[in-house]
Amino acid sequence: MARRAEPPGHAHISLEVNGEPVEVSFPPHKTLLEVLREDLGLTGTKHGCELGECGTCTVLLDGQPVLSCLVLGVAAAGRKVKTVEGMARGPELHPLQRAFADLGAAQCGYCTPGILLAAEALLERNPRPTRQDIKEALAGNLCRCTGYIKIYEAVELAAAWMRGEDAAPPEESIYGRR
Amino acid sequence: MDGDRAVQVSTEVRQAVAADHPGREKRVVGRAHRKVDAVAKVTGQTRFADDLFLPRMLFAKLLRSPHPHARIVKIDTRKALELEGVKAVLTGEDLPIPFGILPVSQDEHALALDKVRFVGDPVAAVAAVSEEIATQALDLIEVEYEPLEPIASPEEAIAKPEPRIHDYGDRGNFHKLIHLEFGNVEQGFAEADLVVEDCYFYQGSTHLPMEQHAAVAEWSPQGKLTLWSSTQTPHYVHRALSKVLQLPPSRIRVIACPNGGGFGGKSDPFSHEIVAAKLAMVTGRPVKITLTREEVFYCHRGRHPTLMWVKAGVKRDGSVTALHFKSLLDGGAYGSYGVASTYYTGALQTVTYQVPRYKFQGARVFTNKPPCGPKRGHGTPQPRYALEIHLDKIAERLGMDPAELRLRHLVPPHSLTANYLRVGSMGLGECIRKVVEGSGWREKFRKLPYGRGVGLACSSYICGAGLPIYWNNLPQSGVQLKLDRGGGVTVYCGSTEIGQGSDSILAYVTAEVLGIDPFDIAVVTADTDLTPVDLGSYSSRVTLMTGNAAIQAAHKARDLLASAVAQKLDVPPSRLEFAGGRVFDVQDPERGVAFAEAVQLAEAAFGTICTVGSYTPPPAAGRYRGAGVGPSPAYSYSAAVAEVEVDPETGIVRVPTIWIAHDVGQCINPVTVIGQIEGSVYMGLGEALMEEMVYRANRNLVHKIPSMLEYKSPTTLEMCDVVTYLVEDPDPSGPFGAKEVGQGPLLPVPPAIANAVYDAVGVRIDEIPITPEKVLKALKAKAKGDAGRFGPISFPEIPWPDPIRVPPPWEGGDGTAVGDKGRGAGGMRERRTRAGDYAGGEARG
Ligand code: FES
Ligand code: FES
Repeated sequence: MARRAEPPGHAHISLEVNGEPVEVSFPPHKTLLEVLREDLGLTGTKHGCELGECGTCTVLLDGQPVLSCLVLGVAAAGRKVKTVEGMARGPELHPLQRAFADLGAAQCGYCTPGILLAAEALLERNPRPTRQDIKEALAGNLCRCTGYIKIYEAVELAAAWMRGEDAAPPEESIYGRR
Repeated sequence: MDGDRAVQVSTEVRQAVAADHPGREKRVVGRAHRKVDAVAKVTGQTRFADDLFLPRMLFAKLLRSPHPHARIVKIDTRKALELEGVKAVLTGEDLPIPFGILPVSQDEHALALDKVRFVGDPVAAVAAVSEEIATQALDLIEVEYEPLEPIASPEEAIAKPEPRIHDYGDRGNFHKLIHLEFGNVEQGFAEADLVVEDCYFYQGSTHLPMEQHAAVAEWSPQGKLTLWSSTQTPHYVHRALSKVLQLPPSRIRVIACPNGGGFGGKSDPFSHEIVAAKLAMVTGRPVKITLTREEVFYCHRGRHPTLMWVKAGVKRDGSVTALHFKSLLDGGAYGSYGVASTYYTGALQTVTYQVPRYKFQGARVFTNKPPCGPKRGHGTPQPRYALEIHLDKIAERLGMDPAELRLRHLVPPHSLTANYLRVGSMGLGECIRKVVEGSGWREKFRKLPYGRGVGLACSSYICGAGLPIYWNNLPQSGVQLKLDRGGGVTVYCGSTEIGQGSDSILAYVTAEVLGIDPFDIAVVTADTDLTPVDLGSYSSRVTLMTGNAAIQAAHKARDLLASAVAQKLDVPPSRLEFAGGRVFDVQDPERGVAFAEAVQLAEAAFGTICTVGSYTPPPAAGRYRGAGVGPSPAYSYSAAVAEVEVDPETGIVRVPTIWIAHDVGQCINPVTVIGQIEGSVYMGLGEALMEEMVYRANRNLVHKIPSMLEYKSPTTLEMCDVVTYLVEDPDPSGPFGAKEVGQGPLLPVPPAIANAVYDAVGVRIDEIPITPEKVLKALKAKAKGDAGRFGPISFPEIPWPDPIRVPPPWEGGDGTAVGDKGRGAGGMRERRTRAGDYAGGEARG
């Protein structure tokens, strides 16, 4: 075994991150998760296992949710990456972000970035998801705080807002059933 | 609602809130609000510990023991130190002072000194310029071990007093032995119409917070250490660092970053925190350590696997004549909170249904596995599981409806229990009625077709421990307020945000008292340099204790403002109302000043406006040894009905719906209350059906499944529907009457599911988790004509100490033990006089 750590040659790639062209160089073994957090300073993307088991590190790669801990940084060359930092529209929260904030769908908030992006991808392809559609789309994202229920409700509320509906959350999700 | 310019809750939520809640319109408390940190969390701005990157930061890694039990003969770190990029290597000798969360269990070393006690016990640490190099360096550390016989289970720990895992504890490998008796239970059993005895087992599980523990340490050549950590208890970390590093607390600053989930798993001071601090001191550079998910499984401090034996005597009407309860906890390798956990397995049996005579025997043993500690519900879900199933069996034997049996014998509000717990408000009856009605209990119980069933269970939980962890007579929570002349208010408090909403609570209650908008309040928390001490986010203490402290501080500020405004308006201060961002005369609301002007008037009159508040729980009623665990300013109550579908072919249990009602006293923010209930139901469901910490007995007690893939936890596909009922029975001790909600609602879920499984297929699964194998075994046994049951059948012989006998209040007792004059409450503090030995004030710099 090597007794000396060899500084490996860096990879240098161009990609688009949250709508902006970016160039970055890093050791080629780094994952996209590490490149985003450590080399691009985008710490909004979290990790819970770094083994592809929890969904916390989910980002959108060319619009598709991927586990950034399983994608090599070099594999993002020339592609579009979207992280939670890129969701808000200027000073306006994305409807999903607004609904998550209003309904308490982010408790500790650690799973939230990954779930928001997975939900955004869902709503992109299915603007009117059923509860079951939401469950299936988020089945790879673990959350230990919420029991997922406020997350479903927030996705449903955001979906309605994004369809242009004047929706409000059911009173039961705020005050419980009477 | 007008005038709420800055309440940043979408109008949609606002409208839903306003509907049908006229009385609430002018108040903050009881209404839905965003959490103060909600936007930061949904935009990725919240900085968790691992999100910190400091210039020149090094990365640390821990070398962990591959042996469950071994003596360390020799450690050679030279090769690791020679690796390019390695800046420092530490071993046990560099940090020889022991620490631990409880004064009576100072049994941990940051790095093993002479012995390792479980696979994963930290042995050495490396700081290097990158994580990769630090990891490589671990391979170069040579450790020579002399393996010792491992103790795998409580049975082995009992059978083998040698080798001792620790050189302290009640005897052999027993860490703690407890024996308490409140009244003569034998007499109670003699008076009973029916006596039922059974054994139960509750498997260990882990918190599995999504965030892996992380810490960043920085040492300033000025002689000051700063540690950022994902800890629920910065105050205790502060003390442990002071003790182990021999630095005065004034030279240490601990900042708890928002925790990415805790659930009790980040409540101990940890090896990695101390190691990062020491490495920063040695290298003069910032040091970060982030545990891998596998390491988080080794940190553990999760639910104690607990074997229980219950004997209950009842009259024909279901009233309990006596209850005798034994528990045996598998503590793992270290003390952690274990002494408290052991007491908790016997403390709260008395606060739900009347128990006139009660006897508790509890034992905790050391084994060579990752240490157990406090997980959501701390020591109480296990006995609750046993007790609630036991009552289900009793109800059946008596031919009573289990809901009716419970309703008939509720502990009265504002009463004292056999073990001297002071119950305040008590909304359990209302909780039971809500879930019985909501679930259609009467139409379903024993009436659903084979394979489907419903089960009911109840519970109670503390709102903060009455006594602090280390002996002191200081407040448990402190709050400081600063009022800016522009109208902004800053709240400073040592409490720690772990996702439960503790930062928001401070803003809401302060806003309520001062009549301003919660979003005009800045909240600064969990920083030992900036914030008054709060003991931390554990034991469901935060809302009650920080809330009361904040109310006190806010009232002091309000008094100052009122007196200044009263002078200007020429009305008595008592006629002033604070609402809608104004201070005005209630008799002539037009006459008033804006809140900012009120601050300016007060500042002109009295100088800078800063106030403080603090909270100390009322003294415990019990004064026997062990009376320190269980007392609380208030108790929350929950009732749940679970509906299940059991496939008799596969044994698979599905839970479509859980109805749960929780007596929270008063909602401060109903949205977060419901969030805590749903999260608790989720965690209870996981424990009931799938979560377990298991070790390879034949292979060195290696954790079998230290990964998120194999440690099963519920995904969206397993999570049930939850119907929540909020019951508000305000408690005089709570802020605006509020009680806890973060932990209690977990408790009724596992036994409700077990009772529902029985209703569905007629077998008793007296052991958590309820896996398909266990259901099938019980069904097969039943088909053969045996008892349709899966669970433990006996409780081992344990060398119990003589009982501490305390006559219950109704037998003329005054809370002291027989033959014991006026001893102080305690239990965790037997070595009270020595607690000061390591108290911060005594450490040397
Ligand atoms: S961190 Fe990528 S899946 Fe867990
Ligand atoms: S909100 Fe904490 S893990 Fe999902």
